[in-house]
Amino acid sequence: MTHLLLGLQIGWGTTLAIKTLVVLALVPLSALILGYVFLLKMMSHMQSRLGPMDPGGFHGWFQLIGDGIKFMQKEDLTPADADPRVFALAPVVVVMSTFLIFVVIPAGPRVQVSNLNVGVFYALAVSSLSVIGVLMAGWASANKYALLGALRAAAQLIAYELPLVLAVVGVVVQAGTMSLQGIVLFQQSGNLFGFGGLGFPLILTQFVGFALFMVAAQAELTQPPFDMPVAESELVAGYMVEYTGFRFLFFFIGEFGTAFAFAALAATLFLGGWALPGVHGTTADLLGPIVLFVKIMLVAFLMFWARFTYPRFREDQLQALAWKWLIPIALGNILVTGILKVAF
Amino acid sequence: MTTTDLPPPGDLPEVQIDPAIYRHLADAQVNVELDTGDMILSLGPQHPATHGTLRLVVRLDGERVIAADPIIGYMHRGYEKLTEYRTYPQITTLINRIDWLSSFANEVPFVHAAEQLMGIEAPPRAVYIRTVLTELSRIATFLLFLGEMGLQVGAITPAFYGFRDREYVLNLIEAVTGGRFHPNFNRIGGLKDDFPWGFTAECRQVMRRVFESCDTFEDLVLGNPIFEQRTRSIGIIPPDLGAAYGVSGSNLRASGVDWDLRRDAKPYLAYNELDWKVWTHPDGDSFARYWVRLQETRESARMVLQLLDGMPSGPIMAKVPRIIKVPAGEVWVNTENPLGEMGYYVISKGATGPFRVKIRSASFSNVSILPWLLKGVYVPDIVTILAGLYFILGDIDR
Amino acid sequence: MARRQIKGMLGGLGITFKTMLKPAVTVQYPHEREDPTPRARGVIALKEENCTVCMLCSRSCPDWCIYIEGHKEKRPPRREGGRDRTVSILDRFDIDYALCMYCGICVEVCPFDALFWSPEFEYSEPNIASLLHDKVRLGEWMESVPEPEPLELGAEVKKK
Repeated sequence: MTHLLLGLQIGWGTTLAIKTLVVLALVPLSALILGYVFLLKMMSHMQSRLGPMDPGGFHGWFQLIGDGIKFMQKEDLTPADADPRVFALAPVVVVMSTFLIFVVIPAGPRVQVSNLNVGVFYALAVSSLSVIGVLMAGWASANKYALLGALRAAAQLIAYELPLVLAVVGVVVQAGTMSLQGIVLFQQSGNLFGFGGLGFPLILTQFVGFALFMVAAQAELTQPPFDMPVAESELVAGYMVEYTGFRFLFFFIGEFGTAFAFAALAATLFLGGWALPGVHGTTADLLGPIVLFVKIMLVAFLMFWARFTYPRFREDQLQALAWKWLIPIALGNILVTGILKVAF
Repeated sequence: MTTTDLPPPGDLPEVQIDPAIYRHLADAQVNVELDTGDMILSLGPQHPATHGTLRLVVRLDGERVIAADPIIGYMHRGYEKLTEYRTYPQITTLINRIDWLSSFANEVPFVHAAEQLMGIEAPPRAVYIRTVLTELSRIATFLLFLGEMGLQVGAITPAFYGFRDREYVLNLIEAVTGGRFHPNFNRIGGLKDDFPWGFTAECRQVMRRVFESCDTFEDLVLGNPIFEQRTRSIGIIPPDLGAAYGVSGSNLRASGVDWDLRRDAKPYLAYNELDWKVWTHPDGDSFARYWVRLQETRESARMVLQLLDGMPSGPIMAKVPRIIKVPAGEVWVNTENPLGEMGYYVISKGATGPFRVKIRSASFSNVSILPWLLKGVYVPDIVTILAGLYFILGDIDR
Repeated sequence: MARRQIKGMLGGLGITFKTMLKPAVTVQYPHEREDPTPRARGVIALKEENCTVCMLCSRSCPDWCIYIEGHKEKRPPRREGGRDRTVSILDRFDIDYALCMYCGICVEVCPFDALFWSPEFEYSEPNIASLLHDKVRLGEWMESVPEPEPLELGAEVKKK
């Protein structure tokens, strides 16, 4: 990536620094884009409103940036009974988990921070790190609502980690690799009944896996219909209730950054990622991020569409859905995929 | 009102609790380290689920409610006392503010009480216009409920639809009375003014929109399986217990009690001249309450259309002296308001203002069943039950 | 059962999607304005020459937000040789809109048609004391008072 951008040989340390900076910039940027396009604009129009129109001149594009600036000016409050160090660390842990997912997502044959050969495994593992941050936030806030929210979040995220992983196993079985880059290349090189024009996006065979992944991702993101940890009408804002200013902004960035990351994962695993059939080399490096972005927005649209339409489950109903429906279906999906893989 | 003071439910059915919870609790009891103490959670007075300033002190075991105490009075404005120091025309503007979502319906029973004491009867056109406006305020209240209930169980979008569609109805009320929320339009012996030109056509158009809106809510909220899961068999009010607590209106009809003051009370307004139906649902849970209110919204829109067709012409004001002095006497008038039974007991001693007024507001009695209703449910169900009972804080505290 | 549930899930998505494609109902307030109905109770206007300082409005106000002061003056007689006339002069007529409940009783009780409703509503103030409108300010609202609109069919026309 850096070779591509600069065209000259640079040291290992500088490369690492540049990569880190790019990812660090990507997280808030992706949160901004999703927040603006979906939370402010799409939600407003779905509710037959317009959303912010004035800030920045054109359809209120500056609104979220302005909100960010405002959050930074707010007083940083820590409750008297809170555990100050844990309280301060929790938002960082949440954003950290988002940050770590971005590391493995490929946006072109060479545009990737790190091509791990266990990329899928790594991405799903670090995504669940945010549970620790949420638990820390809820416990350290010394607030009953926050505690209830954090415990709900922990129960929910652990329950939905399983279907999330199991939904992806089918893809891994079919592609025969756990590297995200490898999965993308598998989809690019495949063909559809002899027609190579589209490649072979794995959603065609793994649509059950895709549906499960979307449902489980929705739960991992604590978005409606699975938003009991924040449940603004009962727990006011759950684990975030005591956070103000910059730290609240961190949670916001974490929420939407993770949504972006999960959409990117779904696009990579099921929709073919950056790949355009027949496009290789430097062209693919340049076109790849755009293709990936379009796919991410498509997946994110589905996520947020459901988010703005459905009411919320109850905690026990959510567990029942995970254990009684999603996990058995996912296991069945793996079984069928495995049998077909061996048979053909 | 504390939970412990309440009489035991007796031979009435207990709240149905999943036996699995008991098993789970028993396990926790055996394992001493796992035995957690109760947590007392104070919901409100500032909490989004309480529609204002109701406070619920809830004793929780995990997420299960052991006991709940509603604490009211944070918004007490002393209207009963205030009426003793105001004249009759001034009181209608005060009682607008009791249940602020259906203010017009609040005025009707009070004005009826004064009219009965004075022996005046409003002319037929005034009666019809009163009925139209009462039903419009019922539609406005219920449209808000239909959206609000969606919001309380977690869907944001229905609330906006509710507010959007209610606005059309409020515009109608404003076009007639001049006030969106506090019309102060009833006068003793009639009304302040007649319909403005073109109102009938506009009202018909809005009623069509109300039907459309009801269909939207039926698909978006009522038909949603998640909503159904969240509300079915949550907060069941047995019909006899509900009646014993004084629960009234749609809440009681959702428990299968076929009782509507518009039909069953001494005939008032123009209801006995209309062709309409009282909707009931046998289940008595939150889902039934939503269903009943949805049907009643449609029924009200149908009633408005009938009233517009049969609108008599003529004066809107009976002959009333300029300074209103109500002859001595006592009268009790109760009507079916959107939230339930609303009544005024007016004692007059012949002055320009009443001697004493007792206001029976629907929400106060509806909320009194909460300690019984909330026993054994989960925290998310508290919100569902509160939203399903649909109370207005002004109507509780007065 | 399952079919009904799937229909319920998809139906909701359909409604939100359809609403997204329709134009929004929002009125961008400072840029565009919704005109209130002519009957809307926005602000009370005072026609000073009609006022006779009878204090009826002030007395019938439920929260006593109208302040009136006046004095009587002798004027020369209209006809030659008649008695001097006594004229009431309005010194002060203030309405405190911070207290006003917009009930309209004052407008209704006024026997000399000195008070009118205007649908104008844009008079918010950063300072609560500035919501006390004096008689000059109340007189300025007279410009925005609409003509009484015609009534619906079947209404009884009041005799003037």
